[in-house]
Formats: sequence, structure tokens, C-alpha cells
Amino acid sequence: MTPDIPFIIIGAVLVALFGIVIGLFLMGFDRIVAARMQARIGPPITQPFTDIRKLFAKENVVPENAIPWMFNLAPVLALASAIVILLYLPIGGFTPILSEGGDLILVMYLLTVPALALVAGGFASGSPYATVGAQREMVTMIAYEFPLAIVIIAIAWKLAAAGIALPFTLASIQANPIWGLVGPLGTIGLLILLVVLLIVTPAELSRIPFDTPEAETELAGGILVEYSGKNLALFSLTQGVKTVAMASLVVALFFPYSLAAFIGLAGISGAVIDILFFIALITLVAFVSVSVVRVSMARFRINQVVSVYWVYLAIAGLTGLLLVMADQIIGVI
Amino acid sequence: MKIPRSFNRSLWVFHLNTGSCNGCEIEIVATITPRYDPERFGMRLVGSPKHADVLLVTGPVTKKMAPRARRVYEQMANPKVVMCIGTCGQSGGVFYDSYNLDGPIDQVLPVDVYVPGCPPRPEAIIYGVVKALEKLERLEAEQ
Repeated sequence: MTPDIPFIIIGAVLVALFGIVIGLFLMGFDRIVAARMQARIGPPITQPFTDIRKLFAKENVVPENAIPWMFNLAPVLALASAIVILLYLPIGGFTPILSEGGDLILVMYLLTVPALALVAGGFASGSPYATVGAQREMVTMIAYEFPLAIVIIAIAWKLAAAGIALPFTLASIQANPIWGLVGPLGTIGLLILLVVLLIVTPAELSRIPFDTPEAETELAGGILVEYSGKNLALFSLTQGVKTVAMASLVVALFFPYSLAAFIGLAGISGAVIDILFFIALITLVAFVSVSVVRVSMARFRINQVVSVYWVYLAIAGLTGLLLVMADQIIGVI
Repeated sequence: MKIPRSFNRSLWVFHLNTGSCNGCEIEIVATITPRYDPERFGMRLVGSPKHADVLLVTGPVTKKMAPRARRVYEQMANPKVVMCIGTCGQSGGVFYDSYNLDGPIDQVLPVDVYVPGCPPRPEAIIYGVVKALEKLERLEAEQ
């Protein structure tokens, strides 16, 4: 079945709206939860919406030494590519809109595109702060890619070993929740892999403790230092959509469950319940891997970021992969 | 320039020291502590003047800092508000009539709100922000 073009267009618009609204909601939720953890009252949950409205109304300054076309293109590219990731991820039990064309490997590559757009924008703004920030963003990107690849390969390998065709497609991951396929040893391995993926998330979103590219206190906003008005608003929207995409990836890999199927609802009410359940799940993931971590930790130096990912998380991820493999071998015997 | 309605509820603040003794800075930091929590009104300190809506200026503006203060002001995107924190910015304070001053601040930048005190208490700074919001609302009504 190939969905027709109007369906894809309408679906893409709906997913983009969903991503932007839920992304801003997640940012507001993160701010209010962080405030409560610091014994503050915190901003209203609609604060990111207010910020975006204000930024769109403000003047858009393009610095003198910037490369204007690249400087203005980068935010649009970042937002567009962040939305494209969502088109490949299952949202609330629905089959992804572009499920035919892509799998996990594509999602992994697409996840780097918003970061690359950010890097291009940083280099194009012609400010030393932004240049340092862009270089750090590239280093962070190289650092977290390896543990992320380990997690994705471990899950796909397990599915392939369990005899499922096309283990890299999100549809087969959705159809076969990974926890059901493993024994006790594999469960421990999967838990380790889940923790690794949850620690990769803040780096992907450049939040504390991995916000070295933005580093408000030392780089004055880093990559974003020269951006104002509309362009800054587009980058904050990208941040929100990326949060949704990354949380959806965690949910799609580790919790591909549907509440509606469990309580036996079908049709419209089932779809609504599934969407709400999905939003609750991604909120939970964002809470654990963004809010709690960012309140309880300080920022890593850039060399510490690299050693955290390449040494500690890579070892943890490989241990998880080995445990999943050992579980498979014991299971076969 | 038209002031959007959401401007009031989302003021991003950039702080510039033009030769202050650090007293006002400590009080500004005290203002953003959990005890006063200005984030509940959407206020937030930002690191770049490009992101800011409000410029908090402290200090009497030394000769070296005057061109830098102008440059920071010009880098901010419209619409923008300037707040002068502390007595130094209004009169020179203890540095009054000093040989190395270009200030007070209103000789260099167009100031919207003055917060007196040496240093002003956090309550005074918050009151000054409220005054700035009132001024914005008045300008909005006049449009």
C-alpha cells in the first residue's frame, strides 16, 4: 500500500503542528518542574508559547560579518529537518507517515541534521563565540553518535536473532516489544541500554550537563549568540520538536505499547487514548532525561563530554549489547 | 515600533556593568534567586544582548565603557527597554564628578526606568521592573 500524496501532505502538516505544540508544552513542563525542584514557583506552562510570540514580533538582526543567506537558512533547515524526523517515528501507535521510505538508520542520520544546521548557522554568524560553540557542537555530535549507534544496533540485532524480518524498520519494532523477546540476562542488558539512550538524550538536545555548545555563562549563548527575533524563535521551536523526536525515539524503541489495545478500545476513542498515553510517555522520558538531570548536575567541560560518551557510555552500551547476545545464546541452548 | 502583547510576560534581561563596584551585581543576582523567582513572570537573564529585551545598566559609565555601552545598546533588537540600577548611574554616586567618567548613564543611553539605592534591594529592582512594565503598557495604550 502506498499512501497518496494529499494524505502525506495533510499528515505532515498535522505531525508538524503536533511536534511544535507538544514540543513547546514539553519545554514549559520542563521549566515548571525544574522550578518546583528548586523550591520556586516557576513560569506558567504557556511560557514558551509567550516567548515564541514575543520573538516573532521582535526585530531580526543580521550581523555585519555574517553570511546572510546561510545565517537565515540555518534555522529554517533545522526546524524542517527536526519535523522530518517525526514523520518517520510512530506517534501514539499510528504507523509513521513515511514508514515506507525509511528505518532506524535513516532516523539516526536525520537526528544529526538539525545539529548540522545549527553548526552551519553558528559558523555563518561570524562571531568568535558562535564559532567556538559550533566546534563544540561538532565534537559533542561525534561523541554521542557511538553510544546511540550501539543501542540501535543492539535492538535491531536482537530482533534479527529472534527471527523477525526487516529488524531495522520501526514497524517491526512497534509490532514486537523488545522486552518480550529476552530472558533475565537480556532484561538487565536492555535496562543498561535504556539508561545509555536516556543519557544520550540531553546531549542530542544540548541540555545541561551537555550544553557545552551553548554554555550561557562562558560562551554567552554559544551558537545562538548572534541570533535574534524570528531566527531565534525558529531555533527554539527546533529545540522543542527535537525533544519530541528524541523522546519518541526512546518510546518507540523501548516502550512501543498501546493502551487502547490493552484495554480493548477501538476507533476514535482508542486513537485519542493512544495519543494521550503517548504524550504521557514522552513527557515522562523528557522529565527523567532532561529535567531531573539538568537540575541535579553542572555542565561538563567539552573533553569530559567526549570521555563520558566514548569511554564510560560506550563500555556500558557494549556491556548491554554483550548481555543481550549472551541471553540469546543461552536461550538457544 | 509596535510592542507585542506577549512582550510584558516574557522579558529577557541582559546585564551590563559599566564600572560598578559589584554591589549592584550582587543584588541583581540576589533578585534571580529562588526567594524572589522572577522567572514566574517570564523574566530570565540571557548571555547575549541580541536575545535581550531589557538592558540593566549598573555603574557610573567610565570613559572606556561609554562606547561599549552604546555598542551593546545598538546590538539589542527592537523593541527594547533600558533600566539604570543604582545611584552611580543616576548621579555618579561616590564617583561623582570624577575625572574618568562619561556618565551618568543618561548622558550615554536613553534610560527608561531608574532604580535608586547603593545598592538597591532586590525588592526595589523588582519594583523597577514593574514600573518598566507599566511604562510599556502606557506606550501600548498610546499606539
